[in-house]
Amino acid sequence: MLSVEDLFFGYKNTAILENIKIHLRRGEFLSIVGPNGTGKTTLLKCIAGVVKPGRGKIFIDELDAARMSRLDHARRVAYVPQNSPAKFPISVFDAVLMGRRPYIAWRPSENDLKAVADILKSMDLEEFALRDFDRLSGGQQQKVLLARAVAQDSDYLLLDEPTSNLDLKHQMEVLEMISAMVGTKRVGAMLAMHDLNLASRFSDRMVMLKSGQIFSSGTPRQVMTIENIRSVYGVEAVISQTNGHPYILPTGPAKAAV
Amino acid sequence: MNDIYQQYKGVGIRKICFILGLAATLMLIAMLSITQGASSLGFFNSFKALFAQGGVARGIVLELRLPRIVMAVLVGWGLGLAGSVFQAILKNPLASPYTLGIASSAGFGAVVAIIFGGINYAQYVIAGSAFFFALMASFIILGIARYKSTTPETMILAGIAVMFLFSALSSFLQYMGTMEQVHEIVFWFFGSLSKVGWQEIIVAAAMILLPVPVLLKWSWDLNLLAAGDESARALGVNVARIRMGGVIFGSLITAAAICFTGVIGFIGLVSPHIARMLIGSDHWFLLPASGLIGAILVLTADTIGRTMWAPQMIPIGIVTSFIGVPFFFYLLMKKKKEYW
Repeated sequence: MLSVEDLFFGYKNTAILENIKIHLRRGEFLSIVGPNGTGKTTLLKCIAGVVKPGRGKIFIDELDAARMSRLDHARRVAYVPQNSPAKFPISVFDAVLMGRRPYIAWRPSENDLKAVADILKSMDLEEFALRDFDRLSGGQQQKVLLARAVAQDSDYLLLDEPTSNLDLKHQMEVLEMISAMVGTKRVGAMLAMHDLNLASRFSDRMVMLKSGQIFSSGTPRQVMTIENIRSVYGVEAVISQTNGHPYILPTGPAKAAV
Repeated sequence: MNDIYQQYKGVGIRKICFILGLAATLMLIAMLSITQGASSLGFFNSFKALFAQGGVARGIVLELRLPRIVMAVLVGWGLGLAGSVFQAILKNPLASPYTLGIASSAGFGAVVAIIFGGINYAQYVIAGSAFFFALMASFIILGIARYKSTTPETMILAGIAVMFLFSALSSFLQYMGTMEQVHEIVFWFFGSLSKVGWQEIIVAAAMILLPVPVLLKWSWDLNLLAAGDESARALGVNVARIRMGGVIFGSLITAAAICFTGVIGFIGLVSPHIARMLIGSDHWFLLPASGLIGAILVLTADTIGRTMWAPQMIPIGIVTSFIGVPFFFYLLMKKKKEYW
C-alpha cells in the first residue's frame, strides 16, 4: 500500500497542498480530480519523489519514501508527467527502454531488450518501434510513455492527466490499458484527471481536491454529487448514471455564492 | 516472435560498425599525416624512420610529427567528447566546451602567465595557469548552480557572465602589456600544436582519457535528461549529480585539451552535431563517435595547416573553422531530422 500522511507542500507563505491523507492499494484505480490549480500535479510530483514535500510522510509498502534511494524508489513507483518534452529525438524502442533505467548498471541486458520488445508488442506499438518518438501523434506518444512506465515494472503508477490532448478513441485506449494493468498486474494507479466523467467511468475511488485540501473522497458515486460539484467547481450540474457509473452534465454557473 | 528485438540489435551493431569505421578513418589520416611535413622525407621513408635506429629522419618523425599527431587526436577527442557532454547536461544545441566561460578564463590564465611570468615565461607556467583558470570558471558556475538551482538556464547565463568577466580581465591586462607580450597572447588565442612534446601529451592524455569510463557509465543518464528533468528523476536519475559531474569532467577534459594548445574553437560545438546526425542521440554511441569526429577534424585541420604553405604554419584554431564551417553547413542543409 502507498500511503500519504498529512502531506504539506508550499512556497514560503502560500500553501499548495495541506493535510493530504491518501491511501492507494495495489489493484486499485484512484483518480485525483479538482479544478485547475488545486495541486493535483504537485501531489503526484511529491509522491513520485520529483519534488520534496514540506511536511508529512509518504510510505511505500510501509517504507518511508524519504529514506529510499532514488533507484529503489523508481523500482516501486513510476511517474508519467503531463508534458513530454517538445523535442525528444529518440526511437520509440529507446524511449521505452528508458523505463528499465532503475535496473540497468552500464548497458541494458538482453532481458531488458526482450522485455521492451514484448511490451511494445502487447501494446500494439510494434510498427512504431524504430520510428522516432517525435514523429508520433499525441495519442501514440502517450501510449509510448505509458509503455515506458510499464517497462519500469513498478507496483504503483502515477499519471498526470494522461488523456489531455487525446481524441476520444485514444482516451479510451489509454485508460483501458491502465485499467488492464490494475486488473491483471495488480498495479495501484493514481491519475490526476480533468475529465470527471472519464474519471468516474474507470475509477474505483476518487479524491476531490479544493484549493490544496481534500474536499471529498470515496467511490465515484459518493464524490460526484451535485453539492460537491457546486462547491468545488462553482457549477450547477445534473448527475445521471450509465452502466452504474455516475456522470455529470454541467448546466450553468452556480447560482448561490460559494 | 522477437523480430523488433532483432531489428533493434541490428541497429546497435550498425552503430558499432560505424564507430569502428570512424576509428579506422582516423588511423588512416594519422598514417597519411605522418608522411607529410616541411621536410620531404617521402611516403615510405617516413614509416621506415619510425623503426630506424636513430638518424635525422627518425628525429623528425618521432619528435616533431608524431607528438603533434597524437596531441591533435587527443585534443580533438577531448573537445568532441566534452561538447556532447555539455550539450546533454545543458540541453542546449549551442552549448560547447566553452559555453561556461571556460575558453575565456583559460585565456585569461594564459594572459596572466604571459604578462607576469617575465620575459622567459615557461611553457608549463602558461599551461598550468590556463588550466587553473579554466577549472575556476566551472567552479564559479557550480557554486552559483548549487546556491540557486541546477537548471540549464541558470548555468548557461552564469557561464556567459563568467565569459564576459574574464574577457574584460584579459583585455585589461593586454592593454597594460608590452608589444611582445600582446603578440604572444594573440598567438595563444589562435591555438597551436607546435609546442607539444611527449611530456605534455602524457599529462593531457591522463586528464582527457581517465574520465571517459565514468562518462560512458553515465551515458544512459545523459539520455534520460532529454526526457525532461522530472521524468529522469522519477526514473531514478540523480539529475543534480549528473549535471554537476558533467560540468566537472567536461571542464577537466576541456582544460586539459586547451591548456597546452590554446583555444581551438568550433570542434566542441560541431563534432557532437555531426555525430548526432550520423549516429543518433544515444550517448553510449554518441560520446565515442563525437570524440572520434573531433579527432578527425583537428588532425585533418592541423595536417593541412602545417603542410599547405610549409614551412609556414597556419594556426590550428583558424584552419579548423575554415574546414569545419563549410562541412557543418553542408550537413545542416542535408539533415532530415530535427534534434533540438
